Amino acid sequence: MTGGLFTQLLDLACGAFLLAAVVVLWRRELAAIVRYFALQGVALAALAVLLGSHEARWDLVGVGLGIGVLRAGVLPYLMRRALSALSADGVHSEEVRETQPLVNVAASLLTAALLTLLAYAVARPLTELDPTPATRALPVGLAVVLIGFFVLVTRRRALAQVVGFLLLDNGITATAFLATSGVPLIVELGVSFDVLLAVLVLQILTARMRVAFGTTDIDDLRELHD
Amino acid sequence: MSAAVGYAAVAGQVVVVGAGAPLLTGWMRQVRARLEGRAGAGVLQPWRDTRKLLRKEPVTPVGTGPAFRAAPALLVATTVVAAALVPLLSTDTPVSSHADLIVVVSLIALGTLALALAGLDTGTAFGGMGASREMTVAALVEPTILLSVFALSIPAGTTNIPAIVTGAVHEPARLTSPAGLLATAALAVAVLAETGRIPVDNPSTHLELTMIHEAMVLEYAGPDLALVELGSQLRLTLLLGLLSSLFVPWGIATSASWAGLAVALVLFAAKLVLLGAVLAAAEVFWAKVRLFRVPELLAGSFLLAVLAVASSYFLSGAS
Repeated sequence: MTGGLFTQLLDLACGAFLLAAVVVLWRRELAAIVRYFALQGVALAALAVLLGSHEARWDLVGVGLGIGVLRAGVLPYLMRRALSALSADGVHSEEVRETQPLVNVAASLLTAALLTLLAYAVARPLTELDPTPATRALPVGLAVVLIGFFVLVTRRRALAQVVGFLLLDNGITATAFLATSGVPLIVELGVSFDVLLAVLVLQILTARMRVAFGTTDIDDLRELHD
Repeated sequence: MSAAVGYAAVAGQVVVVGAGAPLLTGWMRQVRARLEGRAGAGVLQPWRDTRKLLRKEPVTPVGTGPAFRAAPALLVATTVVAAALVPLLSTDTPVSSHADLIVVVSLIALGTLALALAGLDTGTAFGGMGASREMTVAALVEPTILLSVFALSIPAGTTNIPAIVTGAVHEPARLTSPAGLLATAALAVAVLAETGRIPVDNPSTHLELTMIHEAMVLEYAGPDLALVELGSQLRLTLLLGLLSSLFVPWGIATSASWAGLAVALVLFAAKLVLLGAVLAAAEVFWAKVRLFRVPELLAGSFLLAVLAVASSYFLSGAS
């Protein structure tokens, strides 16, 4: 693969990665949010495979494929199952939409623009250490971390918060790939299993919440019930 | 010799935009009518409407001042000047060194402002409501247009629009980068909002709760109304032309030659006919967005423009 084509493809994958995070912030339907999260998983896998094949490190390509299966396949599948359990009885049709985020959508989109600029500003000294195409894309990973935090803080539905947490994790993984060309296989495996278990636990927690309170609105958890 | 070609190109741009704008609107209405199963009024209908309105006696409401009277002329004049500046047919014209992005955007904004002042000047409820809505939209649209073209001006190293277009003709890779794609999407949404098309505004409605542009111009009649309508048709043609020049620049004459100018003329007409047909077909399938959701859509396109600038500057530019 020539240098120019590699840079173009890497930029394209990073652009899709960041764009998916922004669209998650934009949409209200939880089903659409999960779909764009899966697309982000594909972009992240493409990023890892591109870096691996550019540096001829086949373990990195394997890690990339594994990440693709986990983040574009297994995690969205689990979330979709939780979602269909929520909308199954039809009574709580409000449950499948993020109707009233704490910060409205227009303001959160403008905040995302600010967070992206902040990420670029913060990552500048890091990029200047060794300006390669991969490190120049480093701010994209940081921006997704910040946007994930923002989703986690401002969304009310439990499932939207799970997506926020996973965006955060995607951002951290992308930063690791771009900055250091990937962490060791064993660390990546540990992190992946951690994320998988977290989602499984949160899925059960969401179902329990709905049984106990009749809603997945996190704000209702502020008071103690008996 | 080359100066003659340049002046011919400028005159050609003004004439093509001026004469073609009603035809483009008529073409879009015709495409839309055919897709909805109606026969349609024909491509020439906007020209017939203009002729009918121009023959009528000018009437102005009681109590309106110079802002109301000057607005239609100002709208048409600013748009014609912008049409002469923007490289629609040729990038090598006598005025191309003045065709700065900020000048063009501020000319467009001046037209918007004149109409909003005219809407306020009438003192009616609808005029004020339309003006306030138009300004809300404009406040988000103008920075989006500026930023999305900035994303393209970073690789070119200048905000001069002919220079940006010339650079893109010679280096098509600039347009297929993530920055180019994001900027295209952002500018397309901004153009839809600025020209008052569906999903932001419905140009064919007079329903008081939803209209934006039509509410401002409700008090106009006769020749003034003809000018206002011509002005909004000119703006649609100009902005679609700008979009096609920036993102599909092939065919625009980059040197002073008569043959290049003729090719550019044919290709420009073909691009606009195609863009108009695509836009009209898309409008059949879209619904208008609720007014309170419009800032959301525009904030999204602003964000796309910011991301385009950021990725253009940081990913590939700063090496």
